[in-house]
Amino acid sequence: MISVQINGKEKVFATEVNLEWVIDSLSLQNRKIAVEINEQIIPRSEYTKTLIKSGDSIEIVAAVGGG
Amino acid sequence: MDNLKIGNSEYSSRLIVGTGKYKNFEQTKTAILASQAEIVTVAIRRTNLGQNPSEPNLLDFISPKEFTILPNTAGCYNAEDAVRTLRLARELLDGHTLVKLEVLGDPKTLFPDVSETILAATELVKDGFEVMVYTSDDPIIAKKLEDIGCVAIMPLASLIGSGMGILNPWNLEIIIANSDIPVIVDAGVGTASDAVIAMELGCDAVLMNTAIAHAQNPEKMASAMRLAVLSGRQAFLAGRMKKNIYSASPSSPEDGLIAGKT
Repeated sequence: MISVQINGKEKVFATEVNLEWVIDSLSLQNRKIAVEINEQIIPRSEYTKTLIKSGDSIEIVAAVGGG
Repeated sequence: MDNLKIGNSEYSSRLIVGTGKYKNFEQTKTAILASQAEIVTVAIRRTNLGQNPSEPNLLDFISPKEFTILPNTAGCYNAEDAVRTLRLARELLDGHTLVKLEVLGDPKTLFPDVSETILAATELVKDGFEVMVYTSDDPIIAKKLEDIGCVAIMPLASLIGSGMGILNPWNLEIIIANSDIPVIVDAGVGTASDAVIAMELGCDAVLMNTAIAHAQNPEKMASAMRLAVLSGRQAFLAGRMKKNIYSASPSSPEDGLIAGKT
Protein backbone atom coordinates (compact mmCIF):
# COMPACT_ATOMS: atom_id res chain seq x y z
CA MET A 1 0.00 0.00 0.00
CA ILE A 2 1.28 3.42 -0.94
CA SER A 3 -0.27 6.31 0.93
CA VAL A 4 0.31 9.87 -0.31
CA GLN A 5 -1.13 13.36 0.08
CA ILE A 6 -2.43 14.98 -3.10
CA ASN A 7 -3.38 18.64 -2.68
CA GLY A 8 -3.67 18.00 1.05
CA LYS A 9 -5.97 14.96 0.71
CA GLU A 10 -4.92 11.38 1.43
CA LYS A 11 -4.86 8.90 -1.47
CA VAL A 12 -3.94 5.23 -1.28
CA PHE A 13 -2.61 3.16 -4.18
CA ALA A 14 -2.57 -0.65 -4.02
CA THR A 15 0.52 -1.05 -6.17
CA GLU A 16 3.54 0.98 -7.16
CA VAL A 17 2.59 3.71 -9.63
CA ASN A 18 4.33 6.49 -11.53
CA LEU A 19 3.29 10.12 -11.70
CA GLU A 20 1.82 9.78 -15.18
CA TRP A 21 -0.54 7.09 -13.89
CA VAL A 22 -1.61 9.35 -11.02
CA ILE A 23 -2.32 12.26 -13.40
CA ASP A 24 -4.35 9.94 -15.68
CA SER A 25 -6.28 8.51 -12.74
CA LEU A 26 -7.34 12.06 -11.84
CA SER A 27 -8.36 12.79 -15.48
CA LEU A 28 -5.80 15.61 -15.59
CA GLN A 29 -3.78 14.35 -18.56
CA ASN A 30 -5.17 16.96 -20.96
CA ARG A 31 -5.05 19.84 -18.50
CA LYS A 32 -2.50 22.59 -18.21
CA ILE A 33 -1.04 21.76 -14.80
CA ALA A 34 2.22 21.82 -12.88
CA VAL A 35 3.24 19.24 -10.31
CA GLU A 36 5.44 19.30 -7.23
CA ILE A 37 6.44 16.28 -5.20
CA ASN A 38 7.81 17.15 -1.76
CA GLU A 39 8.23 20.75 -2.93
CA GLN A 40 10.31 19.75 -5.97
CA ILE A 41 8.82 20.61 -9.36
CA ILE A 42 8.58 17.59 -11.66
CA PRO A 43 8.86 18.60 -15.33
CA ARG A 44 6.20 17.11 -17.61
CA SER A 45 8.85 15.08 -19.44
CA GLU A 46 9.63 13.21 -16.22
CA TYR A 47 6.12 12.08 -15.24
CA THR A 48 6.67 8.55 -16.57
CA LYS A 49 9.94 7.92 -14.83
CA THR A 50 8.85 9.46 -11.52
CA LEU A 51 7.77 6.71 -9.12
CA ILE A 52 5.45 7.61 -6.27
CA LYS A 53 6.67 6.66 -2.78
CA SER A 54 4.63 6.26 0.37
CA GLY A 55 4.54 9.53 2.29
CA ASP A 56 5.00 11.71 -0.80
CA SER A 57 3.28 15.05 -0.71
CA ILE A 58 2.03 15.91 -4.21
CA GLU A 59 0.76 19.32 -5.26
CA ILE A 60 -1.03 19.75 -8.58
CA VAL A 61 -1.81 23.31 -9.63
CA ALA A 62 -3.53 25.07 -12.51
CA ALA A 63 -4.24 28.65 -13.58
CA VAL A 64 -7.47 30.15 -12.25
CA GLY A 65 -9.05 33.59 -12.44
CA GLY A 66 -7.14 36.22 -10.50
CA GLY A 67 -6.06 39.83 -10.56
CA MET B 1 4.29 53.79 -32.13
CA ASP B 2 3.84 54.61 -28.46
CA ASN B 3 4.43 51.10 -27.17
CA LEU B 4 4.71 49.92 -23.59
CA LYS B 5 8.10 48.25 -23.08
CA ILE B 6 8.41 45.74 -20.26
CA GLY B 7 11.70 43.86 -20.08
CA ASN B 8 12.45 42.81 -23.63
CA SER B 9 8.85 42.86 -24.87
CA GLU B 10 6.64 45.58 -26.31
CA TYR B 11 2.88 45.92 -26.06
CA SER B 12 0.53 48.29 -27.84
CA SER B 13 -2.03 48.28 -25.00
CA ARG B 14 -1.29 50.03 -21.72
CA LEU B 15 -4.18 48.32 -19.95
CA ILE B 16 -3.47 45.08 -18.09
CA VAL B 17 -6.48 43.16 -16.79
CA GLY B 18 -7.21 40.40 -14.31
CA THR B 19 -9.41 37.34 -14.74
CA GLY B 20 -10.88 37.06 -11.24
CA LYS B 21 -14.40 37.70 -9.92
CA TYR B 22 -16.27 37.20 -13.22
CA LYS B 23 -19.52 35.20 -13.33
CA ASN B 24 -18.08 32.66 -15.75
CA PHE B 25 -15.37 32.20 -18.37
CA GLU B 26 -17.59 33.51 -21.18
CA GLN B 27 -18.02 36.81 -19.34
CA THR B 28 -14.27 36.90 -18.60
CA LYS B 29 -13.43 36.49 -22.25
CA THR B 30 -16.00 39.01 -23.50
CA ALA B 31 -14.73 41.68 -21.09
CA ILE B 32 -11.07 41.01 -21.87
CA LEU B 33 -11.69 41.24 -25.60
CA ALA B 34 -13.49 44.57 -25.06
CA SER B 35 -10.55 45.86 -23.00
CA GLN B 36 -8.13 45.01 -25.84
CA ALA B 37 -5.57 44.19 -23.16
CA GLU B 38 -2.65 42.04 -24.26
CA ILE B 39 -1.37 41.11 -20.80
CA VAL B 40 -3.80 39.19 -18.61
CA THR B 41 -3.20 38.10 -15.03
CA VAL B 42 -4.07 34.68 -13.60
CA ALA B 43 -3.71 33.06 -10.17
CA ILE B 44 -2.17 29.66 -9.46
CA ARG B 45 -4.21 27.28 -7.29
CA ARG B 46 -4.55 23.59 -6.48
CA THR B 47 -6.64 21.80 -9.10
CA ASN B 48 -9.94 20.28 -8.08
CA LEU B 49 -9.44 16.56 -7.80
CA GLY B 50 -12.05 14.27 -9.28
CA GLN B 51 -13.11 16.93 -11.75
CA ASN B 52 -15.01 16.19 -14.89
CA PRO B 53 -12.42 16.00 -17.71
CA SER B 54 -14.65 18.05 -20.01
CA GLU B 55 -15.10 20.86 -17.47
CA PRO B 56 -13.74 24.08 -19.01
CA ASN B 57 -10.54 25.62 -17.82
CA LEU B 58 -9.53 29.30 -17.77
CA LEU B 59 -6.67 28.86 -20.24
CA ASP B 60 -9.08 27.33 -22.78
CA PHE B 61 -10.81 30.73 -22.88
CA ILE B 62 -7.79 32.97 -22.33
CA SER B 63 -5.22 31.16 -24.42
CA PRO B 64 -1.48 31.74 -23.91
CA LYS B 65 -1.34 31.83 -27.73
CA GLU B 66 -3.51 34.96 -27.84
CA PHE B 67 -2.50 36.72 -24.62
CA THR B 68 0.60 37.24 -22.52
CA ILE B 69 -0.38 35.37 -19.37
CA LEU B 70 0.89 37.04 -16.21
CA PRO B 71 0.77 34.59 -13.30
CA ASN B 72 0.46 36.24 -9.89
CA THR B 73 1.21 35.25 -6.30
CA ALA B 74 -2.06 36.54 -4.86
CA GLY B 75 -2.73 35.00 -1.48
CA CYS B 76 0.97 34.51 -0.61
CA TYR B 77 2.02 35.98 2.74
CA ASN B 78 5.75 35.22 2.64
CA ALA B 79 8.59 35.22 0.15
CA GLU B 80 8.99 31.46 0.14
CA ASP B 81 5.39 30.75 -0.90
CA ALA B 82 5.54 33.45 -3.57
CA VAL B 83 8.73 32.11 -5.12
CA ARG B 84 7.40 28.54 -5.00
CA THR B 85 4.14 29.62 -6.68
CA LEU B 86 5.94 31.37 -9.54
CA ARG B 87 8.27 28.43 -10.15
CA LEU B 88 5.15 26.28 -10.52
CA ALA B 89 3.69 28.92 -12.85
CA ARG B 90 6.82 28.82 -15.00
CA GLU B 91 6.48 25.05 -15.34
CA LEU B 92 2.74 25.37 -16.02
CA LEU B 93 3.30 27.98 -18.74
CA ASP B 94 6.18 26.16 -20.46
CA GLY B 95 9.07 28.26 -19.22
CA HIS B 96 7.33 31.67 -19.29
CA THR B 97 9.28 34.10 -17.07
CA LEU B 98 7.19 37.33 -16.93
CA VAL B 99 5.41 37.28 -13.56
CA LYS B 100 3.51 39.46 -11.13
CA LEU B 101 4.92 39.28 -7.61
CA GLU B 102 2.73 40.29 -4.72
CA VAL B 103 3.41 39.33 -1.12
CA LEU B 104 0.63 40.37 1.19
CA GLY B 105 0.98 41.40 4.81
CA ASP B 106 -2.55 41.52 6.12
CA PRO B 107 -5.65 39.55 5.07
CA LYS B 108 -8.02 42.40 5.92
CA THR B 109 -6.42 45.22 3.93
CA LEU B 110 -4.32 43.04 1.56
CA PHE B 111 -1.58 45.61 2.12
CA PRO B 112 1.74 44.40 0.68
CA ASP B 113 4.52 43.17 2.97
CA VAL B 114 7.41 45.08 1.41
CA SER B 115 10.23 43.34 3.30
CA GLU B 116 9.04 39.90 2.14
CA THR B 117 8.44 41.36 -1.34
CA ILE B 118 12.08 42.48 -1.51
CA LEU B 119 13.30 39.01 -0.44
CA ALA B 120 11.11 37.30 -3.04
CA ALA B 121 12.05 39.75 -5.81
CA THR B 122 15.75 39.21 -5.15
CA GLU B 123 15.38 35.43 -5.35
CA LEU B 124 13.19 35.54 -8.49
CA VAL B 125 15.46 37.92 -10.40
CA LYS B 126 18.43 35.68 -9.55
CA ASP B 127 16.43 32.73 -10.90
CA GLY B 128 15.85 34.43 -14.28
CA PHE B 129 12.29 35.73 -13.80
CA GLU B 130 11.12 39.07 -15.22
CA VAL B 131 9.40 40.45 -12.16
CA MET B 132 6.58 42.97 -12.23
CA VAL B 133 6.15 43.82 -8.59
CA TYR B 134 3.13 44.97 -6.62
CA THR B 135 4.13 47.30 -3.80
CA SER B 136 2.98 50.15 -1.61
CA ASP B 137 3.31 53.72 -2.92
CA ASP B 138 6.56 54.21 -0.99
CA PRO B 139 9.13 55.77 -3.37
CA ILE B 140 12.11 54.38 -1.43
CA ILE B 141 10.86 50.79 -1.62
CA ALA B 142 9.98 51.31 -5.30
CA LYS B 143 13.55 52.38 -6.03
CA LYS B 144 14.95 49.40 -4.11
CA LEU B 145 12.79 47.03 -6.15
CA GLU B 146 14.04 48.66 -9.35
CA ASP B 147 17.66 48.33 -8.18
CA ILE B 148 17.11 44.62 -7.47
CA GLY B 149 16.29 44.19 -11.16
CA CYS B 150 12.47 44.13 -11.34
CA VAL B 151 11.09 44.99 -14.80
CA ALA B 152 8.10 47.05 -13.63
CA ILE B 153 7.06 48.72 -10.38
CA MET B 154 3.36 48.39 -9.60
CA PRO B 155 2.32 50.64 -6.72
CA LEU B 156 -1.20 50.52 -5.38
CA ALA B 157 -3.51 53.46 -6.01
CA SER B 158 -5.63 52.28 -3.07
CA LEU B 159 -6.41 48.89 -1.51
CA ILE B 160 -6.94 45.84 -3.77
CA GLY B 161 -10.58 45.56 -4.82
CA SER B 162 -11.55 48.78 -2.99
CA GLY B 163 -12.34 50.91 -6.05
CA MET B 164 -11.23 53.96 -4.03
CA GLY B 165 -9.18 55.43 -6.87
CA ILE B 166 -5.87 57.34 -6.73
CA LEU B 167 -5.45 58.32 -3.07
CA ASN B 168 -1.91 59.64 -3.18
CA PRO B 169 -1.03 61.14 -6.56
CA TRP B 170 1.96 62.90 -4.95
CA ASN B 171 3.71 59.66 -4.05
CA LEU B 172 2.94 58.19 -7.46
CA GLU B 173 4.51 61.25 -9.11
CA ILE B 174 7.66 60.83 -7.02
CA ILE B 175 7.87 57.14 -7.94
CA ILE B 176 7.37 57.95 -11.64
CA ALA B 177 9.99 60.72 -11.57
CA ASN B 178 12.56 58.42 -9.93
CA SER B 179 11.96 55.33 -12.03
CA ASP B 180 13.74 54.18 -15.18
CA ILE B 181 11.41 51.19 -15.59
CA PRO B 182 7.64 51.20 -16.20
CA VAL B 183 5.43 52.30 -13.32
CA ILE B 184 2.04 50.62 -13.44
CA VAL B 185 -0.78 51.46 -11.08
CA ASP B 186 -2.04 48.15 -9.74
CA ALA B 187 -5.06 48.04 -7.44
CA GLY B 188 -7.65 50.56 -6.41
CA VAL B 189 -8.97 51.81 -9.75
CA GLY B 190 -12.77 52.01 -9.50
CA THR B 191 -13.92 53.72 -12.66
CA ALA B 192 -12.63 55.22 -15.89
CA SER B 193 -11.66 58.61 -14.45
CA ASP B 194 -9.28 56.86 -12.02
CA ALA B 195 -7.48 55.23 -14.94
CA VAL B 196 -7.31 58.59 -16.75
CA ILE B 197 -5.75 60.23 -13.68
CA ALA B 198 -3.18 57.45 -13.33
CA MET B 199 -2.14 57.84 -16.95
CA GLU B 200 -2.12 61.66 -16.79
CA LEU B 201 0.26 61.44 -13.84
CA GLY B 202 2.64 59.63 -16.18
CA CYS B 203 2.08 56.01 -15.26
CA ASP B 204 3.14 53.69 -18.07
CA ALA B 205 0.11 51.42 -17.69
CA VAL B 206 -2.75 50.49 -15.39
CA LEU B 207 -3.59 47.03 -14.05
CA MET B 208 -7.14 46.34 -12.88
CA ASN B 209 -9.55 43.51 -12.22
CA THR B 210 -12.47 44.31 -9.91
CA ALA B 211 -13.33 47.65 -11.55
CA ILE B 212 -14.25 45.72 -14.69
CA ALA B 213 -15.44 42.40 -13.24
CA HIS B 214 -17.74 44.01 -10.66
CA ALA B 215 -19.13 46.74 -12.92
CA GLN B 216 -22.85 46.29 -13.67
CA ASN B 217 -21.81 45.69 -17.28
CA PRO B 218 -18.24 44.37 -17.37
CA GLU B 219 -17.94 44.44 -21.15
CA LYS B 220 -18.95 48.11 -21.32
CA MET B 221 -16.64 49.03 -18.44
CA ALA B 222 -13.76 47.17 -20.12
CA SER B 223 -14.32 49.31 -23.19
CA ALA B 224 -14.51 52.46 -21.02
CA MET B 225 -11.20 51.52 -19.39
CA ARG B 226 -9.57 50.97 -22.77
CA LEU B 227 -10.60 54.49 -23.81
CA ALA B 228 -9.64 55.96 -20.43
CA VAL B 229 -6.12 54.59 -20.62
CA LEU B 230 -5.75 55.84 -24.20
CA SER B 231 -7.17 59.23 -23.27
CA GLY B 232 -5.02 59.65 -20.16
CA ARG B 233 -1.91 58.65 -22.08
CA GLN B 234 -2.66 61.13 -24.88
CA ALA B 235 -3.21 63.91 -22.34
CA PHE B 236 0.06 63.05 -20.62
CA LEU B 237 1.95 63.10 -23.92
CA ALA B 238 0.23 66.32 -24.99
CA GLY B 239 1.27 68.06 -21.76
CA ARG B 240 -1.46 69.85 -19.87
CA MET B 241 -1.77 73.63 -19.62
CA LYS B 242 -0.38 75.40 -16.61
CA LYS B 243 -2.83 75.82 -13.73
CA ASN B 244 -3.59 79.50 -13.08
CA ILE B 245 -4.74 79.50 -9.51
CA TYR B 246 -7.03 82.47 -8.62
CA SER B 247 -6.39 84.03 -12.00
CA ALA B 248 -8.91 83.53 -14.79
CA SER B 249 -8.04 84.03 -18.42
CA PRO B 250 -10.90 84.44 -20.94
CA SER B 251 -10.89 82.16 -23.94
CA SER B 252 -12.72 84.72 -26.14
CA PRO B 253 -11.30 88.05 -27.38
CA GLU B 254 -11.65 90.97 -24.99
CA ASP B 255 -11.79 93.48 -27.85
CA GLY B 256 -14.76 94.26 -30.07
CA LEU B 257 -17.53 93.75 -27.52
CA ILE B 258 -20.75 95.39 -28.80
CA ALA B 259 -21.05 97.65 -25.78
CA GLY B 260 -17.33 97.97 -25.48
CA LYS B 261 -15.25 101.08 -24.95
CA THR B 262 -13.28 102.26 -27.96
